Amino acid sequence: MAASGEVQDLRLVNLVKSFGDFTAVDDLTLTIPGGSFFALLGPSGCGKTTTLRMVAGLEAPTSGNILLGDTDITNEKPYKRYVNTVFQSYALFPHLDIFENVAFGLRRRGIKDVSGPVNEMLDLVQLGPMARRKPAQLSGGQQQRVAVARALINEPGVLLLDEPLGALDLKLRRQMQIELKRIQTEVGTTFVHVTHDQEEAMTMADTVAVMNKGRIEQMGAPVDIYDLPKTAFVANFLGQSNSVAGTVQGRSGDDLIVGAPGGSYNVPAARSTRQEGAILLGVRPEKLSIATAGSSAAVPDRHNRATGKVTDASFTGVSTQYLVMTTWGDEWTVFEQNRSVDLLQPGDEVVIHWAPEYTFGLDVPSGE
Amino acid sequence: MRWLRKNLIPIIGILVLVYLFVPIAVVAILSFNKPDGKFNVAWNQFSLEAWQNLCGVPGVCQSFVMSIQIGVIATIGGTILGTMIAFALVRYRFRGRSTTNLLIFLPMATPEVVLGSSLLALFLNLAFPLGFWTVTIAHIMFIISFVVVTVKARLQGMDPRLEEAARDLYADPKSTFRYVTFPLVLPGILGAALLGFSLSFDDYIISAFNAGTLVTFPIYIWGAAQRGIPVQVNALATLVFVLSLLVVLGAQFVNSRRRRKLESSAA
Ligand SMILES: Nc1ncnc2c1ncn2[C@@H]1O[C@H](COP(=O)(O)OP(=O)(O)OP(=O)(O)O)[C@@H](O)[C@H]1O
Ligand SMILES: [Mg+2]
Repeated sequence: MAASGEVQDLRLVNLVKSFGDFTAVDDLTLTIPGGSFFALLGPSGCGKTTTLRMVAGLEAPTSGNILLGDTDITNEKPYKRYVNTVFQSYALFPHLDIFENVAFGLRRRGIKDVSGPVNEMLDLVQLGPMARRKPAQLSGGQQQRVAVARALINEPGVLLLDEPLGALDLKLRRQMQIELKRIQTEVGTTFVHVTHDQEEAMTMADTVAVMNKGRIEQMGAPVDIYDLPKTAFVANFLGQSNSVAGTVQGRSGDDLIVGAPGGSYNVPAARSTRQEGAILLGVRPEKLSIATAGSSAAVPDRHNRATGKVTDASFTGVSTQYLVMTTWGDEWTVFEQNRSVDLLQPGDEVVIHWAPEYTFGLDVPSGE
Repeated sequence: MRWLRKNLIPIIGILVLVYLFVPIAVVAILSFNKPDGKFNVAWNQFSLEAWQNLCGVPGVCQSFVMSIQIGVIATIGGTILGTMIAFALVRYRFRGRSTTNLLIFLPMATPEVVLGSSLLALFLNLAFPLGFWTVTIAHIMFIISFVVVTVKARLQGMDPRLEEAARDLYADPKSTFRYVTFPLVLPGILGAALLGFSLSFDDYIISAFNAGTLVTFPIYIWGAAQRGIPVQVNALATLVFVLSLLVVLGAQFVNSRRRRKLESSAA
């Protein structure tokens, strides 16, 4: 079972986990490419930990399959799986020193000469001098690195990280994000990184899967998901977005014409999940331009536009964030780069406009 | 007045310590006494006689050794059984689990007189000869309670993720127990065993009911008290105290040396 060096895809097929009549993971199917840095992103309680625990073998799936390469590991015992976990709370063995914590997996597999690999691994995570300390004598960031080293030394096919940076302060978090990314590039192992921090997911991962209520809402490269979210949940969970509900009224070339409060908007048909009927239009705040109502003549003809009144302007240095109450009573957010000094003031009547190709069309979420 | 308010806590602390240690000091000091008459209660004259001749009085050493034997066997038996019961109660769901949880407290909650006399009635009914084994069985019984309570608390306080981490790191159930669960629970087990031994060693009431003609150290002292306790008893008691003190100090010394070594290696 020494699959070290091999890079295998991890596949979850129709995976379901129910606790009583509550379904924590609901028919999850996804393929995690071998060697990738994969982020599982979702709000608290959406089933991220449960998914990882099933992959690690610590929780038995209600139904469905887990495959590593071509091997079905659904019913494999956790201590026989070629998968290791970095726990949310680290779970370092308090009675063993750092060296023995890291050596634990090797020793259990009957490897006699552990000092070479352990010292190498401790150097990789820059903890060489701490080898003989107990976990309680390390800082949070150091403990976190021990947890990574302890799992990684076994050269698993997949490394599962359950919010490994959740307990660290912001500065250390940023530092450890870079560190983890460096380690992943260096060892080439598949990392499945669970987080509810969208910024963390986007900066670290090659592929992000956005999870909600036990299901994957959307999966893809961070840039792609950000540019073209496929559901209202993704649009709001990954970054911010402004939206307005309307109805498809017709087509003009490659664009759909959508009638909505405040006027009619164009959206490329290819950027919409719906081609007719009720539709939710969205656009990212930094894609918007804002101008005083008086200068609306200067807005390019093909642009979508909306009018409203500034309710709040906060200057943040590189940009200014405006809150605009639209004529139909929604609050939109606009990020405007500070290229000129004449800022708009709360109370100003404004026109917001943007190119149709920045727009995305979504299904109107049911309920909620 | 201000001085008093500032130093009130240390003063109270010292007073409490004095209160705790005066009786022990009296016992130790009187072990070097050569009493005037039968009763060793007032200082008369310095003497090493009791220390040079520890077993000089008939029966004293036999009873001392007897108590240690009973204590060791009862502690080992009670600790093993108690630890297993604690694991069963925490780790498994079985019928009668909550009842067992409750019953296990009974030997601790029942007055010793009641426990001792009912055990005696039981042994007499079974026609079980009173002596070494009846006393040992009785001691195992109450030691189990203390061990179960301590080990259970320790197990329940343990982070379940630690065992999961072990399983995740290629430890099968046996290795998980051996390298993670057991070492983490061991301090609790040892603490319970020490407590169990001292409870057994100085138990008088339950032992007296079930001893028959057997003489344990507490039974010997009780009997001797009527005629005047020999100085050897003070010497033996002091010896026990010094030995246990050494054990505690030794453990502290090992701990602090390990910590110092860690700190210097980290620097
Ligand atoms: N053993 C269990 N019994 C019952 N319900 C459970 C159990 N474990 C998890 N759940 C439920 O399943 C859902 C998903 O839990 P999970 O721990 O996977 O969430 P998560 O996405 O990791 O959240 P977080 O970001 O807060 O860690 C939650 O609603 C939780 O209450
Ligand atoms: Mg979680």
